[in-house]
Amino acid sequence: MLCDHCGERDAVIHLTHIENNEMNSFHLCESCAAEKGIDPEDAEEGVNAPLAAFLAQMGGERSGAAGSDESECPYCSLSLDGFRKTGRLGCSQCYVAFETHLRNLMRRLHAGTQHVGKVYLPPEDSSDTSRAERLNGLKRRLTRAVDSEDFERAAKIRDQIRALEGA
Amino acid sequence: MRSVTSVGDVGLEWLDGSGPHADVVLSTRVRLARNLQAHAFPTRLGADERREIWSRIRAAADATEMLREGAAIELSAVPSVTRRVLLERHLISRELAGGVAGDQAPAGAGLFMRGGGDLGAMVNEEDHLRLQALRSGLRLHDAFRDVEALDEELGGRLAFAFHPEFGFLTSCPTNVGTGLRASILVHLPGLVLTKEIAKVLQGINQVGLTFRGLYGEGSEVIGNFFQISNQTTLGKSEEDLIDHLNRIVGQVIQYEMQARGVLLRDAPAVIEDKIWRAYGLLSHARTLSFEEVMNLLSAVRLGVGLKLIPDLRVSSLNTVMIYSQAAHLEHAAGRRLSDGEEEIHRAAFVRRALGRPEGQGTERQ
Repeated sequence: MLCDHCGERDAVIHLTHIENNEMNSFHLCESCAAEKGIDPEDAEEGVNAPLAAFLAQMGGERSGAAGSDESECPYCSLSLDGFRKTGRLGCSQCYVAFETHLRNLMRRLHAGTQHVGKVYLPPEDSSDTSRAERLNGLKRRLTRAVDSEDFERAAKIRDQIRALEGA
Repeated sequence: MRSVTSVGDVGLEWLDGSGPHADVVLSTRVRLARNLQAHAFPTRLGADERREIWSRIRAAADATEMLREGAAIELSAVPSVTRRVLLERHLISRELAGGVAGDQAPAGAGLFMRGGGDLGAMVNEEDHLRLQALRSGLRLHDAFRDVEALDEELGGRLAFAFHPEFGFLTSCPTNVGTGLRASILVHLPGLVLTKEIAKVLQGINQVGLTFRGLYGEGSEVIGNFFQISNQTTLGKSEEDLIDHLNRIVGQVIQYEMQARGVLLRDAPAVIEDKIWRAYGLLSHARTLSFEEVMNLLSAVRLGVGLKLIPDLRVSSLNTVMIYSQAAHLEHAAGRRLSDGEEEIHRAAFVRRALGRPEGQGTERQ
């Protein structure tokens, strides 16, 4: 099969793109793919490849940095090595202890590092700042519910806002 | 909640095939991962602290409207076969079952369920809490609303670990943020037979979704069943993740229907033959392995979807799929079955479920 773009070289990268209810297939040769900024390594990655690849890369960085990364979580004593081996963190404090590493990892795994979903306020925490944060989060959700014409949900969120404002 | 040790038909409401697109979409499940603030994640805890967490969460769940009337199953208190039955129903994970053989459940591990089991929570899996909702067919918004309401109830009673930047904190960084994983179990024989499936799956990967086999992460695809779910959990809102998955699955259903149309148009005799041969084997065979059942069921299911087998319901096929698994057969027999016995029991069960107990004639029971 020849490359869709140049029509000269053999296509080695096959992509399927879904947008606006339409599925399009592209067949590109290596140099045209590179031109379009498509990395063949990325295209071949499996389900958990980003995590595995990143963890391996973290290992590489670490040995290069002459053991500067003996960091351990002060709360549960999980080491960065331990995390690399299992891919599992030990406790919520690990997110603070390994923050920089995790932020890089999350940039690759997710659509950014800032949570934009539900804003949570633990039951005993009723300080003004967390309440304001929660109110903002609820208002964002209310707008989205109204936009998607989910009025039943919107009504519930409005009740929560009233309860929080009255509290 | 009642403490129960037997599971009956719990968690199998979705088998009735009552949901939208039930001939292509078997089930919708939405889960939220949550952890308690004051404890390390379960994998770093000893047995005592895990049991303490089970008690704390159970007390909170007992106070919720949604679970108060439900059932609580502490997995170390039930026989191995019960754990494997729950695993085969996808109500608990392999880890909670104590491995595929159901050897020993981890301390403090358990399951809460509302009435029929369409809503519940796993306790002390890799996260302290995995809230989950299950529906027949494609009903993402409905399932999400339910699980989100339970999250509100529990989150108001237990202090969850939450970070202003990273959102809800989880043991594995692939779940952090919303903690939301929504999975749709779809049956795509048309795309497999027309060899379009690789393209579709590749497309799925490129739009931030992922696919797995029937038994979750790392499992093989059998019987043309695929689980499609969101890959990212952070940086997008719950509603956006759900809407996006819903839209893409809608497209996959469309492609599958188109592929089925192509098959019927271009090779009707071959397809009909494949379907009826599969039906013949299922309704007459005397020994069947589970993998063989799944592959034959796939063809028969396609036949039902194409209305080539008129008097068979999707719900019967769903029932066969669940109840012909090893632990379900063992549970029904009330004793351990050797491999040979298991295959005989399976074939007999399948014949009964398809209304052909003797495997002959056309009369139905």
